[in-house]
Amino acid sequence: MNYDLESISLVSTYSAMAVYALSFILFTVDLAGRAATEGQSKPTRWLRAAMALLTLGWLVHVVAVVTRAISANRVPWANMYEFGLTATAVLVAVFLGVTFWRDIRYVGAFISGFALLALGIVTVNFYVTVVPLPPALQGYWLIIHVCVAVLSTGFFATGAALSAAQLLQESREEGKLQGHSWRFLSAFPSSAELEALAYRILVIGFVFWTFTLVAGAIWAQRAWGRYWGWDTKEVWTFIIWTLFAGYIHARATRGWRGRPAAILSLIGFGAVVFNYSIVNIFFKGLHAYSGL
Amino acid sequence: MASRRFSEPGALQPVDLADATSDFDSPDAPRKNRLDAPIRGPKLGPFEFLRWGWRVLTSMRTAIILMVLLAFASIPGSLVPQRSSDPNGVIVFRNADPELFAVYDSFQLFDTFSSVWFSSIYVLLFVSLIGCILPRSLHHWRILRAEPAESPDNWTRLPFRRDELATGGVGAALSRAESSLRRARYRVVRDGSGIRAEFGYLRETGNLVFHIALVVILVTLVVTGGYGWNGQRVIVEGQTFTNQLASFDTFNPGAWFSEAQLEPYGVSLRSFTAGYNQRSPDDPWVPIDFTAELTVTDDNGTSDATLKVNEPLAVGNSQMYLLGNGYAPIITVRDPDGVVVFEQPVVFLSQDSNLTSVGVVKVPDGLSEQVGMQGFFYPSAVELDSGALASNNPEPTNPAVTFNIYTGDLGLDSGQTANVFQLPTEDLTLIAGRNTGVDVVLTPGDVFTLPDGLGSVEFSGLRRFIGVEIRHDATQSGVAFGAFFAIAGLLASLGTRRRRVWIRVAGSGRTPKLEWGGMARGDDPRLEVVLDKLVERSRPIEPDKLGTK
Ligand code: HEM
Repeated sequence: MNYDLESISLVSTYSAMAVYALSFILFTVDLAGRAATEGQSKPTRWLRAAMALLTLGWLVHVVAVVTRAISANRVPWANMYEFGLTATAVLVAVFLGVTFWRDIRYVGAFISGFALLALGIVTVNFYVTVVPLPPALQGYWLIIHVCVAVLSTGFFATGAALSAAQLLQESREEGKLQGHSWRFLSAFPSSAELEALAYRILVIGFVFWTFTLVAGAIWAQRAWGRYWGWDTKEVWTFIIWTLFAGYIHARATRGWRGRPAAILSLIGFGAVVFNYSIVNIFFKGLHAYSGL
Repeated sequence: MASRRFSEPGALQPVDLADATSDFDSPDAPRKNRLDAPIRGPKLGPFEFLRWGWRVLTSMRTAIILMVLLAFASIPGSLVPQRSSDPNGVIVFRNADPELFAVYDSFQLFDTFSSVWFSSIYVLLFVSLIGCILPRSLHHWRILRAEPAESPDNWTRLPFRRDELATGGVGAALSRAESSLRRARYRVVRDGSGIRAEFGYLRETGNLVFHIALVVILVTLVVTGGYGWNGQRVIVEGQTFTNQLASFDTFNPGAWFSEAQLEPYGVSLRSFTAGYNQRSPDDPWVPIDFTAELTVTDDNGTSDATLKVNEPLAVGNSQMYLLGNGYAPIITVRDPDGVVVFEQPVVFLSQDSNLTSVGVVKVPDGLSEQVGMQGFFYPSAVELDSGALASNNPEPTNPAVTFNIYTGDLGLDSGQTANVFQLPTEDLTLIAGRNTGVDVVLTPGDVFTLPDGLGSVEFSGLRRFIGVEIRHDATQSGVAFGAFFAIAGLLASLGTRRRRVWIRVAGSGRTPKLEWGGMARGDDPRLEVVLDKLVERSRPIEPDKLGTK
């Protein structure tokens, strides 16, 4: 174990947070600017600056993850702090990756804000120094399990951001959100496009979550001798899976498309956040991380 | 945006796909017609009522509601301790609040996942699922054997349209188009006037495989679940476990368990080693490795095996898991003449991360009185300021045992099965130990002489023990099989787009043309790109291009 690297990791984490904060501010400045012009203007240089900062913050963030992993000499997600650190890095990566495919920079404020908040919470509340893994947390199924869990969290968060935007946009299209402060929504695509985009991203998240569930079951089989025992964490994995299965069907059902489907997606993401935060801290179970 | 057009009301829907959605709502359906097709109450007799009920149950609306209900119904299973996963928590709950316990228990909250309400939700969901799968499978079977659909009458509404010169003549151009479609794995029919082609049957196939696999998983659980069993056993170094009912410390048979299921074999523990790590002298010791070296004797003879935490051992038709470990000091008790009346490793259960452990020794026979001893074991004993002992390391660097020694009726003859880890002391007399003025602190080899010439106690050696669980789970292979096909079906279904292509001949005389038309089902932003590539591949290869290749 290497303690210098460990402190480099922590410093990088704080630096990444600072850069994310700046990028969040610029994203909101951009949205506000567009609201002022009734959303007619093209993306401003604020937006480009915000994206550049987000990318920079992400690079620093990756340094934090990698140095943490090297200093611990194992995967960087053995406790809540590390999981949060890695998951937010993946979340930002998913967002940055998706922008190559589609221009969804308009939800950048949500993503940078969420990453900042999540990083802040885990660093302040759950920071622990590097300790080796206890035997039950060893093995490559754990690596696969958590790896896909982290990935799907990234997709779920991006999808939730789009679903939230879709809900607002839909209300605006119905003429409900008219005031000055909602004008920025005209910079967003139509609610139908937002919905189609959210769906494609959430479906990827769902596939990864299915892997999470199966890999977790295989790991549980090896570690505890049963693949499924309705342990607290398993219950929540199941709840999340079922909610997003419901979302997929809602999207495919007349009368459930649009708003109800988007609400289901947000409930699903709520369950993801709940599972990571409240369940890990207050609920008792085999998955309870050592020393949080 | 291309994807937008398909979801608009009135978007073109091919006949058979529209038909295919009769049992479930189509993703192409308009977004805002919630009131279009309300489910009406029945007007007629019981048969219609049943049919109506079935239609409602197998509608996707109901499936969604049931899924959300299932998700919410699971929540109590994480809030309230469950008998299945946390029996101890249930007992703690009952002791803490018996009244609330009774209320909760009447709602089966301690058995959420086998409760009537949870079961009815998933049973309904699976009935709905099966009612959904059957007609869809039948329909899909027909589609799989049918030809691609006729071209629509109104080509102007097709989202993809291209005109191509039929270079080299209509026949040759059509042949080129046909072979490029076939190479792209379209199903192609060429009739006199043109071509119709379809791609993406795998979407529905995969979807059906996924849903059927879910049913396979549930059926496996229901049918084979009852054959499972599991048992727990503590094995001390040097001891042998034989696989029979009487050898288990605890045993939980499934509903259809029979003792004949236990295959004969024996497992003895040669040695157990644990590795610990400490970050800095003030930090707690963290276990990094547990390894048990075993000797297995079965029909195939005797062989050595290693058991680790994440590496279960397959023996007979079952799996053995390493779940716990600890110390078993060997305690020897002699009568006043030095005759051994008790000598065995006694399992002490650990209480903290430094393996401070507690155990009980009961000596019912051989001495003039029955003797019971409550003990503490410290692998690395240190004396605290208060004078009490503590352990500062899980490794046996300075092992010590302390005892409180009692005499009196141990209650072993009353016929009740006594807990070996408990010594009810109310009716016993404390003769040595804490607060008696005679502390009993033994390091290996130490002998304590009991008061009143009763005999002596020796800490004569130290062994380690492991706690293992042995399990036979008949559901595993069926569930693994189902999960594999569920994932395969999911990937196949979500990775496939349904597309249709039609080609007809237009133009006349010297410049005949081929008209391409194409459409997708559902959102398909790549439709245009993909079909343009097809059109391009159907062009004749130009000689100069051949040359440069
Ligand atoms: C046990 C509960 C169920 C689960 C977990 C489940 C899960 C899923 C998943 C993950 C998908 C998307 C993957 C794919 O397209 O292959 C899907 C699609 C679908 N499911 Fe289910 N399903 C369930 C029950 C049902 C029921 C009861 C119905 C019929 C009423 C149904 C009808 C469909 C249909 C039509 C689709 C295709 C939707 C589309 O084209 O986007 N499912 N289901």
